[in-house]
Amino acid sequence: MNDLLRNIIRFILFIGLQVYVLDNVPPLHRFIIPVIYFLFILWLPFSIPRFWLLIIGFFTGLAYDYFVGSPGLHAAACVLIAYFRPFIVNILMPKDTSEFNYSEPSAKAMGWAPYMVYVFALSLLHHGYLLLLEWLDVGNFLDFLIKVVSTTAISMLLIITAEILFPRRLKYRTNTA
Amino acid sequence: MRNVFLFIRRYFTFLSFVLLQVLALSMLFRYNKTHRAVFLGKANEITGYFNSRYDGIDEYFHLKDENKRVHRMNDSLLNLLRGNFMKVDSGSHVITDSVQYDTIYLVRRYLAREAKVVSNSINSQKNYFQLNRGSNQGIKDNMAVINSDGSVAGQIVGVSENFSQAMSLLHVHSTVSAMMKKSRVNGRIEWDGQSPLYLTLKNIPKSDSVLVGDTVLTGINSYNYPPGWMIGTVSEIVDDKSTNFYVLRVKPTANFQNLQQVFVIENLQREEQVNLDKTTQKKVDDLNKRRQ
Repeated sequence: MNDLLRNIIRFILFIGLQVYVLDNVPPLHRFIIPVIYFLFILWLPFSIPRFWLLIIGFFTGLAYDYFVGSPGLHAAACVLIAYFRPFIVNILMPKDTSEFNYSEPSAKAMGWAPYMVYVFALSLLHHGYLLLLEWLDVGNFLDFLIKVVSTTAISMLLIITAEILFPRRLKYRTNTA
Repeated sequence: MRNVFLFIRRYFTFLSFVLLQVLALSMLFRYNKTHRAVFLGKANEITGYFNSRYDGIDEYFHLKDENKRVHRMNDSLLNLLRGNFMKVDSGSHVITDSVQYDTIYLVRRYLAREAKVVSNSINSQKNYFQLNRGSNQGIKDNMAVINSDGSVAGQIVGVSENFSQAMSLLHVHSTVSAMMKKSRVNGRIEWDGQSPLYLTLKNIPKSDSVLVGDTVLTGINSYNYPPGWMIGTVSEIVDDKSTNFYVLRVKPTANFQNLQQVFVIENLQREEQVNLDKTTQKKVDDLNKRRQ
């Protein structure tokens, strides 16, 4: 399966999962909000040019926004993580894009520890920015802090679960082949 | 000039990042203010299509509750039928007709249309739900949405051809005029964005006696909501020492998590009321100007 088709299917699955499954979970507590759709951006291939990464991020966020009725909110957060993604990958794995042995970021490609740092940093950025925008509009500061921590923790939990339950079969690329 | 191009080329990614951020944020702020956004009509049609597909399956899980609500509503309407009442023999006693107006001719003020909720959220601070009726079916902005058991659910904020978006009572910007059933004292219902199980009723003066369990209805100070529909019951009285008004926690009657069949209620005289309000305001302003 080529990258484009694989990512289109993933896009549909992630938005569908978020809108029809996670958003319909009965509220356990007001701080427990499961969010996973942005994993789509984290799983995009290393080789995407940075400009296109921003565009994809924008439209991913916007697609979700139209479902929840807040045009621009998630789009802004997704553009932010799409912008910072290459920097974080670069810090964790200082390599050229052609030197990666796997095509996309995963626990296998980066090692568990760097991958977790990568996921954590971007989830924190995503939720931090999202909730900051929400807080600026309305809300109190303590709620904002607790929500950033709790939603990031739950997203991490979901992402680790997804990573363990659905190991992606990624091809090992070598220079010789 | 060359330097400008070099600059743009050098910081192309950063500039496009800033551009997209500004675009996203301007969309967001504009939507927060006016509930308008680019492509919203088209996007509403697309999300509506998928939502109604999903809802076709999801509906089966709520049929039992829904059936009960509808049956109860039918029961209350059945008891209003004209056949249930009979005329007493009026020949036996003298009646003085004290009615000051024509009781035969009635003008319709509110018109109800049925609709189905196709998607619903309660987890966010700004909750919206989507209905499967739109401008083609006569839905307009600002119409009230009432649940199948007659409890208030929200109001329409956006309409596309076949779908409409409604702002739930669980929305931090939602304000609904309300009154206590017992004393007819007016206040307003808001939501603090915290628990989806409770709303807040403000502006009820402490001179009014309020007990836990009192019924809260929609008030008369609203152009959108018909008065006298149930919002909820008082569940906690917070004694705020700093003001002369109660802060009441209200348990909504509508179960926002499983809104299914709803009624969209149109105030047919809304435009007239709004216009009257505007002209009055204008006249008062003019008067004040002249006095200065």
